[in-house]
Amino acid sequence: MSEKDFEIISDSVEQTIEFGKKIGALLKGGEVFGLIGNLGTGKTHLIKGIAAGAGAPDMEHVNSPTFVIVNEYSGPEARLDIFHLDAYRLDSIAEFEALGFDDLCYRDSVVLIEWADKVLPALKDIDTITIELSHISETQRKFIFKNLPGYLSGLDQ
Amino acid sequence: MAKEINILGIETSCDETAASVVADGKIVKSSVVASQVKLHERFGGVVPELASRAHIEKIYPVVTQALEDAPIKIEDVDAIAIANQPGLTISLIVGVTAAKTLALATDKPLIAINHVHAHLQAAMIEAESIDLPAIALVVSGGHTSLYDCESALELELIGSTIDDAAGEAFDKVASILGLPYPGGPSIEKTAKNGNPKAVRFPRSMLKKDSLDFSFSGLKTAVLYHCQGQDMKGESKVSEMSDQEIADIAASFQQAVVDVLVAKTKRGIEKIKAKTVLLGGGVAANTALREGLQSMCEAEGKKLLVAPRSLCTDNAVMVASLAYHKYKAGIFADLTLEAKATS
Repeated sequence: MSEKDFEIISDSVEQTIEFGKKIGALLKGGEVFGLIGNLGTGKTHLIKGIAAGAGAPDMEHVNSPTFVIVNEYSGPEARLDIFHLDAYRLDSIAEFEALGFDDLCYRDSVVLIEWADKVLPALKDIDTITIELSHISETQRKFIFKNLPGYLSGLDQ
Repeated sequence: MAKEINILGIETSCDETAASVVADGKIVKSSVVASQVKLHERFGGVVPELASRAHIEKIYPVVTQALEDAPIKIEDVDAIAIANQPGLTISLIVGVTAAKTLALATDKPLIAINHVHAHLQAAMIEAESIDLPAIALVVSGGHTSLYDCESALELELIGSTIDDAAGEAFDKVASILGLPYPGGPSIEKTAKNGNPKAVRFPRSMLKKDSLDFSFSGLKTAVLYHCQGQDMKGESKVSEMSDQEIADIAASFQQAVVDVLVAKTKRGIEKIKAKTVLLGGGVAANTALREGLQSMCEAEGKKLLVAPRSLCTDNAVMVASLAYHKYKAGIFADLTLEAKATS
């Protein structure tokens, strides 16, 4: 872990969502998040919080896009357009790019990618914020943030 | 006898490219799903995986095949129906563009269909009459939703998943257990030899009156069961006997079925439903069908289930539901767009 990396432990699903909300509220638009972690490490729950914090309507129904690959959350109340992607079912970088990934990244959008480890080459040229998620115990999870922009650096306080 | 109303339906919301001609909402004249036909003969090569997602190369041959199989000329079709929501935008766009182009070129009315509502139409297609209201459950890889159904066209969403869809939980648990994709059929097959009471996995019911679903906790419980409480060791699945794996599959499947049945029962009570409708890919699961059937018998309700051939994505359900919109005079115009969420 380098000095700029930042680590947090969540004790429950509720804490994970609350922490996500804090992140979401600070977003400015133009961010791309790559989430890397095994099944059940809290990727969808963390994104549920981030999307809610960024103003997505109907947080309850921010759910896993594994099957449909892209969920979009926007609406009159939303400050930013939120794209929730899932690379779990993708077989190649070409498929990921064929989704129109480049078109989803713009000044007023936030792109959150689950299973980002499957599409890392497509993310290497953009300033991706990486979140590594892992199991500690049945309820506890560890999140390591890498490449956080300055305006998100106050998260640990 | 009144003239038959023939509707061409098109479906491209996720993985399948499909087209179908249905007369009067019930008589299936043709049904083509891209993954089931030898399309490579039509464009001289193997279909690349990329195209299967983009749909672009399949849409024309699939629509052509549906018209040929019916058989009907495009000029003799009465309307063109398209599932324009919800789904993956880049997939939906292909079907929407094709349908709009056909409607414009042939001067036929265009009908917009909600893909999830169409899954429920699949449960109603063979019924002579239906006692309404009905509580309607759609379970698939992408959806787990409960509707208050007042008619084929009046559907109100009253519950849905807050994390994973039921079909997705099947896929991910299959992957934990080292079973092949797609997970629905492989879990069902493996579970046949297992004891559904062997492992007591959690049934997440959420709040007392909630009609929403949650399956991510169940998925994680299976993971911890297979990998040990500290998650530090390797998965124990490779050392498990076939019987142990079958027991886990059966116990997991039972937990999903118990939650779906319990929520549907809550839904019956909430809207005083007379009928239960079941559609979507997971509706092909026998344990789910049997679980709902015995609950419905106990409650004195009628259960209508989509035929197995119409559980996964298809265009018959789109053309069939469109007939009701045609009769009601509800048409879309050429400004119609694909919508990721509905």
